[in-house]
Amino acid sequence: MAAGVAAWLPFARAAAIGWMPVANLPMPVAPTEKNKRQDELIILNVSGRRFETWRNTLDRYPDTLLGSSEKEFFYNEETKEYFFDRDPDVFRSILNFYRTGKLHYPRYECISSYEEELAFFGIIPEIIGDCCYEEYKDRKRENAERLMDDQEDNKDAKLPNMTFRETMWRAFENPHTSTMALVFYYVTGFFIAVSVITNVVETVPCGSSPNQKEVPCGERYTVAFFCMDTACVMIFTVEYLMRLFAAPSRYRFMRSVMSIIDVVAILPYYIGLVMTDNEDVSGAFVTLRVFRVFRIFKFSRHSQGLRILGYTLKSCASELGFLLFSLTMAIIIFATVMFYAEKGSSSSKFTSIPASFWYTIVTMTTLGYGDMVPKTIAGKIFGSICSLSGVLVIALPVPVIVSNFSRIYHQNQRADKRRAQKKARLARIRITKTEGSNAFLHSKRNGLFNEALEFTNSTEEEQRLSKSTSLLESQHHHLLHCLEKTTYKCHIFFYDSLFVFLPLPASLSLSCFYLEAGLQNYPSRSPSLSSQDGVTGTCCSRRSKKHHTPLPNASAPAHMQPLTHTHTHQQGLQELSTIHIQPLSTSRSSLNMRVDDPASLNCQSSQITTAIISIPTPPVTTPEGDAHLPAAPTHQNVVKVSAL
Amino acid sequence: GLLLGAATLKNTLLEKDAGDSVEDELELSAVRHRPEGLEQLEAQTRFSRKELQILYRGFKNECPSGVVNEETFKDIYSQFFPQGDASTYAHFLFNAFDTDHNGSVSFEDFVMGLSILLRGTIQEKLNWAFNLYDINKDGYITKEEMLDIMKAIYDMMGKCTYPVLKEETPRQHVEVFFQKMDKNKDGVVTIDEFIDCCQNDENIMRSMHLFENVL
Repeated sequence: MAAGVAAWLPFARAAAIGWMPVANLPMPVAPTEKNKRQDELIILNVSGRRFETWRNTLDRYPDTLLGSSEKEFFYNEETKEYFFDRDPDVFRSILNFYRTGKLHYPRYECISSYEEELAFFGIIPEIIGDCCYEEYKDRKRENAERLMDDQEDNKDAKLPNMTFRETMWRAFENPHTSTMALVFYYVTGFFIAVSVITNVVETVPCGSSPNQKEVPCGERYTVAFFCMDTACVMIFTVEYLMRLFAAPSRYRFMRSVMSIIDVVAILPYYIGLVMTDNEDVSGAFVTLRVFRVFRIFKFSRHSQGLRILGYTLKSCASELGFLLFSLTMAIIIFATVMFYAEKGSSSSKFTSIPASFWYTIVTMTTLGYGDMVPKTIAGKIFGSICSLSGVLVIALPVPVIVSNFSRIYHQNQRADKRRAQKKARLARIRITKTEGSNAFLHSKRNGLFNEALEFTNSTEEEQRLSKSTSLLESQHHHLLHCLEKTTYKCHIFFYDSLFVFLPLPASLSLSCFYLEAGLQNYPSRSPSLSSQDGVTGTCCSRRSKKHHTPLPNASAPAHMQPLTHTHTHQQGLQELSTIHIQPLSTSRSSLNMRVDDPASLNCQSSQITTAIISIPTPPVTTPEGDAHLPAAPTHQNVVKVSAL
Repeated sequence: GLLLGAATLKNTLLEKDAGDSVEDELELSAVRHRPEGLEQLEAQTRFSRKELQILYRGFKNECPSGVVNEETFKDIYSQFFPQGDASTYAHFLFNAFDTDHNGSVSFEDFVMGLSILLRGTIQEKLNWAFNLYDINKDGYITKEEMLDIMKAIYDMMGKCTYPVLKEETPRQHVEVFFQKMDKNKDGVVTIDEFIDCCQNDENIMRSMHLFENVL
């Protein structure tokens, strides 16, 4: 029952009096309304804009947020209104839904923001009214396609732990990922072209011996062509087998169109090898050679446009089917008519209705070969009608196919353009983010310093550092710190400035860390990228037991290398086999030390291995210096790894 | 011919009502109707001001143009009886509400009808019921009229009933009704017979008070 009609229920109940005199049985007792509230106005404050409505209006849909008791969570006692911190523009549509019972989708709204608001207020999008539902669905589909495009781009990214098989598959699918793949791509393309040209040239008549008629080149240079064919088929077979090996799901790969084309391309050769000697099937063998031409379809891996064409044809299947069907109908009708019209004339080529099919097809497609022409007047009249209608029938579905193709093609163009723009966009985003993460690290370090300094009871630093860390930040830092404490690890962050700052938890005497190379997402533990993207370190610090002693005398040799894997750590003693970090001396350097002059550090030890990171982005200004805390007696150690 | 068509259109569509403003005369497409003032309605019906407000809000929500035509009426009423076909009964109801027989139920008609049904005396209610049954409004309920009404009521129940609805059930029901009501066995039921009989029937009397607290 629609909500608005609920207002008419009293009327319907009252009209039931009309049944009473007719009824023979006593009526059931009417339900009484227990607490009959007078309808009151509710104020909904959505980000400052006040909407007022009757409570009954909202109660019409009790399974939504506003209609149920869930809205009590948003009730503000002082102002006696319900406050929602949401978009007031979208809220208009939502409130109108309660009022009118119909949900409309405003065209100017972004589809995802609209869906979010609907989800927040507990309204399912399916009840969008018919007037707006199509638009909503279209936008949603567009959005989904766009997101899928983006996701496909992300698939290019190389994951670190790819097995050889996965690497190979990736190389096959995206040739531009590595040079080997590119080479392979071009080689196969070349061989496809060679194979196709061979097939074509094979049939060209070339040269003739004086006493024989012209023979095609294939027969003249049989051996040469056979060798070419063999070579191409070898390459194709190897390629197919490699793809089969690398495919993540072999069964699915074998069912895919491209693999079927591959198989069809190479099979005739093998079949031909097998049954050359058998006379009966040699005719069939010749037919099989026709299938060699399917090799040209292998080009669709190399050509985006071909793929689009294939996809378009697939998506326009219904239009093509309609075209075919209507053409068939028209052909049969006109063939029949022409046959009977031409039956009278002598030496007519229209010997039967199927024979007339040829004439009809040639006329309707406006080919007009002229090998069959009507001679009677009736035949000519019907022939002209036939050609006119042919134009119409063909012209009808063609625009649909064309528009489909155009849409898909442009979508692809857009995807390519977006891919190109994405890099620049990401770089810009990265810059702004690193500034943000610099600030975060700075304040994190300050936060940790604050905690560390509590141990040392040093007040000067504290005052200096306790500047503008907001409550949120400090709580966040505390959380991260707890995590670090729990796991005996600490966070290391890499960012564009190539500066890594590793503060150690106060109580741990080890230097344990693992480097994270997530440039964009600092809290994630995404392990390494490829060598050209940054350094990934696994840091597992190995410390021999003797280094449990207080640190000032300890020297912890460790190498830091650009590695590509992260190891898992053990609790307690860490494996730091890979990082050479010398604990800096106990003297405190000033907080404002610049990062790019390691020489000015007061380090006793001599080695600070610099890791070479070849990030091409310009270094962002780093937070002020780096500092370390006094090592004694609290075993604090701050190790600075400067990578330049 | 075109002008004639436009003129007839104008005449049929316009509501000649006191509340109409000049603009309504010019609008050919939309029929609008504004009810009489709240005070007048308060005087004419037995509803309080607040109740009238609530009623009007509900009314106007479903019918923004201010009048209900038969189609909308049937639509609204059918929503309460989804299993069956309430259109026939709604048609009879519509005629019962449309006291001035102009093809549309305005808010005044609506509210007057409701006032009788909810706040009227037994006499008035029975009168209203008689009016509903008397399809051609000639003062007599014939068996055919009653049969129509009965079929309409049974239609509202729909096909899936238990026990299953048989062809002759409405007819039998009509026979029972006439046996009870038609005192002088002349084949029709007059208003006096009807009221008399109903007042003597306890069940009917009790059921008349059933919907008193509806609003």
